[in-house]
Amino acid sequence: MFQFINTLLIGITSGAIYALMALSIVLVWRSTRVINFAQAGQALTSTFIGFQTLHYINSFWVALLVAMIGGALISALIEVTLMRVLLKHSSSGAIAGVAPIIATLGLLEVLQGTITLIWGGADVLIAPPLSNVGFTIGTNTLVFSPMKLAIIIIVLALLALLSLIFQKTSIGLSLRAAAYSPELARLAGVRVDAVRTLGWALSGATGAVAGLLLVSNGNGSFSTASMEFSLLLISGFIAAVIGGLESVLGAVLGGLALGIITSFVLMYVSDSLFFIAPFVILLLVLFIRPQGILGKKGGRRA
Amino acid sequence: MSTNTNLLEAKDVNVAFGGLRALSKVNLAVGRNEVVGLIGPNGAGKTTMFNTICGIVTPDSGSLSFENQPIGWPATDELANLGIARTLQGVGLFPELTVIENVMMGAQKFARTGLFRASFGINGRDEKALKDRAHYALERVYSASLSNSHAGSLSYPDSKRVAIARALVSHPKLLLLDEPAGGLGAQDIEWLNRLISDLSGEMSVLIVEHHMDVVMSVCDRIYVLNFGEVISSGTPDFVRNDPAVITAYLGADAQ
Repeated sequence: MFQFINTLLIGITSGAIYALMALSIVLVWRSTRVINFAQAGQALTSTFIGFQTLHYINSFWVALLVAMIGGALISALIEVTLMRVLLKHSSSGAIAGVAPIIATLGLLEVLQGTITLIWGGADVLIAPPLSNVGFTIGTNTLVFSPMKLAIIIIVLALLALLSLIFQKTSIGLSLRAAAYSPELARLAGVRVDAVRTLGWALSGATGAVAGLLLVSNGNGSFSTASMEFSLLLISGFIAAVIGGLESVLGAVLGGLALGIITSFVLMYVSDSLFFIAPFVILLLVLFIRPQGILGKKGGRRA
Repeated sequence: MSTNTNLLEAKDVNVAFGGLRALSKVNLAVGRNEVVGLIGPNGAGKTTMFNTICGIVTPDSGSLSFENQPIGWPATDELANLGIARTLQGVGLFPELTVIENVMMGAQKFARTGLFRASFGINGRDEKALKDRAHYALERVYSASLSNSHAGSLSYPDSKRVAIARALVSHPKLLLLDEPAGGLGAQDIEWLNRLISDLSGEMSVLIVEHHMDVVMSVCDRIYVLNFGEVISSGTPDFVRNDPAVITAYLGADAQ
């Protein structure tokens, strides 16, 4: 029983981080219909911005905030300078659907190259702000720690903020309308271009939080060549697909499901399945329910 | 109609899709508080003309002025601010959103909250004002009780009413109605006729409609398009008796 709870809590924590990454992928997908592979590079860049901030102000929470703002600005800049132009120029022909996606792959390399130029390739450290030593129940010590608890709380707070924006504000209404049908939204007076930039900015900020929490969930060390960020992108992408790619709630459920299932497979089956389990889950979802757990058959309407 | 009373004036509009000429030298004017009909057989170019005014189709040549000012060809998202609102053929609602949210979409031009403040839901008063406007527009089309239903779950006639409410909520100077009577029963059509007549006291209306009873009873003037050209224009009585119109609708044998 103890091991079960331990495994579940580990799964929820990593699932919460996957959920954030999935959310950042979904936000971009909803606003521009692009799968943004550069998100791994953007999250890494934002994490380095957080690392740099810690040099000047020794507060993790300030660093997190600065990383979010930096992530949002970078993401908005990518949308305005690259994606908007690309989507306009490649609106027809065989290249139309593929060009933006290939561009994000290229951008991923550019971002990784740029941060290596700025910060070098060596390991750096962001000390987790809270203890990573697990809580003790009786004589048993859990892997679940104050830091992991904080991760879950931060993710929940961010989700609450995002759903407040989406459900209760007129800008949230514009974000949803532009995702369902940009043409119809324009006709109703929504400035779809600005709304798209905002979608990318929100995605960048969310990815930044995912990056910093990912580092804090481990021992705090990372580098420009960190494998963890590529895995974060893949996990986020798989979680987004499980959730149906369209839905914010779906992304969260997809992230949690992926985190929990992977955690149990590693604990109860074999930890050598670490790289295989997420892909098996992805393939199963694609075979059994390609529209995702919350996706509707036939794609978007309106 | 003298030029200085015109609200909207399109001149020499040409649109071609590949080799197909969709609109050819179309001239069209809508006066203030005037209800103008745009009719013609299927494929005559009526919706293309609407789409051109709405920035969905870019014409090859021609000019557009609104309130006697040349306005180029405005982008679709600029129409609401100019004072132009449009309903679409069919329904054209966001099925995933509620009825009140659908109507609030049309009132975005009244949202005074900046992007940052709106993102964090700071200005609740602004949100409430938009909701009140939307509620009032729904009352106008007798659909306030549907506020919290999902638009996708509405009956067809109810959807059409809500679509009209979304256009009205922006307080347009010019309302473009694209086949508003399509698919409606006699009772709803009667209601629609009364609504359009009422609206003409507050705004101008340009209407594309196949339902001749509606067009003939509510329009002050009518333009008839055929193969992308205006073949007749004038009062309903004039157009009804114009041999060119009769030929276009019923074929050469009608003469």
